[in-house]
Amino acid sequence: MKIAVIKYNAGNVQSVLYALERLGVDAVLTDDPEEIHAADKVIFPGQGEASSAMTYLKARQLDQVIKDIKQPFLGVCLGLQLLCAHSEENDTECLGIFPVKVKRFIPENSQEFKVPHVGWNELENLADNVLLKDLPDSKFLYYVHSYYAELSEATIATTHYIHDFTAILHRDNYWAIQAHPEKSSTVGEKLLANFLNI
Amino acid sequence: MLTKRIIPCLDIKDGRTVKGVNFVQLRDAGDPVELAKIYSDEGADELVFLDITATVDKRKTLAELVTKVAKAINIPFTVGGGISTVEDVKVLLAAGADKISINSAAVKNPGVIDEMAREFGSQCVVVAIDTRNVDGIDFVHTHGGRKATLLRTQAWAQEVADRGAGEILLTSMDHDGTKAGFANELTAEISSALSIPVIASGGAGNMPHFKDVFTFGKADAALAASIFHFKEIGIPELKEYLIGEGISIRK
Repeated sequence: MKIAVIKYNAGNVQSVLYALERLGVDAVLTDDPEEIHAADKVIFPGQGEASSAMTYLKARQLDQVIKDIKQPFLGVCLGLQLLCAHSEENDTECLGIFPVKVKRFIPENSQEFKVPHVGWNELENLADNVLLKDLPDSKFLYYVHSYYAELSEATIATTHYIHDFTAILHRDNYWAIQAHPEKSSTVGEKLLANFLNI
Repeated sequence: MLTKRIIPCLDIKDGRTVKGVNFVQLRDAGDPVELAKIYSDEGADELVFLDITATVDKRKTLAELVTKVAKAINIPFTVGGGISTVEDVKVLLAAGADKISINSAAVKNPGVIDEMAREFGSQCVVVAIDTRNVDGIDFVHTHGGRKATLLRTQAWAQEVADRGAGEILLTSMDHDGTKAGFANELTAEISSALSIPVIASGGAGNMPHFKDVFTFGKADAALAASIFHFKEIGIPELKEYLIGEGISIRK
């Protein structure tokens, strides 16, 4: 199985590669459209800022590559947000795979709720989905983010911080996870393994 | 619900764990990777590696160690100790660290916090603050708490947050090593004033101390070293205790 991890100007790619290595699969980090199209599965990780990431993707026509992908595709963290329609982060038009808006967390009480949302939080309201099969009972994932995707019809799991937000999205061949499965212990590992088995 | 984090801290010298560790299951008590894996399996929420190697030529050893750790464990970890430039950070993040922590270098040149946050994002910049109370006033100290500065701890914490730090690791030198509990009052004061998470460090001696720092101390995470290394408190029993006390903790 060939896995392509999309290379762009966002951080935290290395730990995704290591996580895939632990699962025994070979992944290639690439921004070459041909190589991405030739892969069995594609992962779109990232940590960073939405508008500069979109500018970078467009400059290399990677936006079109992502829209044209027919293979199972997994966005992670910023990858999830970029797959949505629009992000409030610097008022950015995103890829529009999911017709969902990305908003900034606004705490009603800044003493109780800090932004960014950093740490381990739980998956809830899980839909019946191949990505969520056989997860352990305790479903905590590691989050680091200031923006979140609104709840939508594509939401297949939620997490609660200030309010419920989208933890995982699915539509056609696209899945996306807001947390960092590559840093989320056995639950994260299972999510990645499920994706690799699709 | 977002959970409070339990963070063991490992001191590293020349790529090896220092401070005696008391794990019977360890084949090599000095191997940070093996120790990291045990903590991760036991349910530690995050790890901090503090490099106390002073010399520059040993920094390569640290990057190599970071890669080994990143390959072996699947929870986030922070690397600190002697980091002063954007280039230092770049090397460690490329090696696989999730976050870095800076301390003395930030005091010496506060602008480096802005630079690092801009370059790599706030989420990976932890600013460590060592504080000591002198005649009723909290002052920032550097060089492992040995060197006093004129910076007030509360004001400095606000400044580093404004400059783009993603988290603060607050170590009370008055409490460190006493096993008499964390600096709850100061931690609460700083945590309440800031919108970024505060990791409390220094003074953990028993399980109620953790409950206190998460409740009275309003800490988002608690860090400890020797009580975990010497197995005085096991992470699974600590987590079970805290859950029983109504604290939100990852199982």
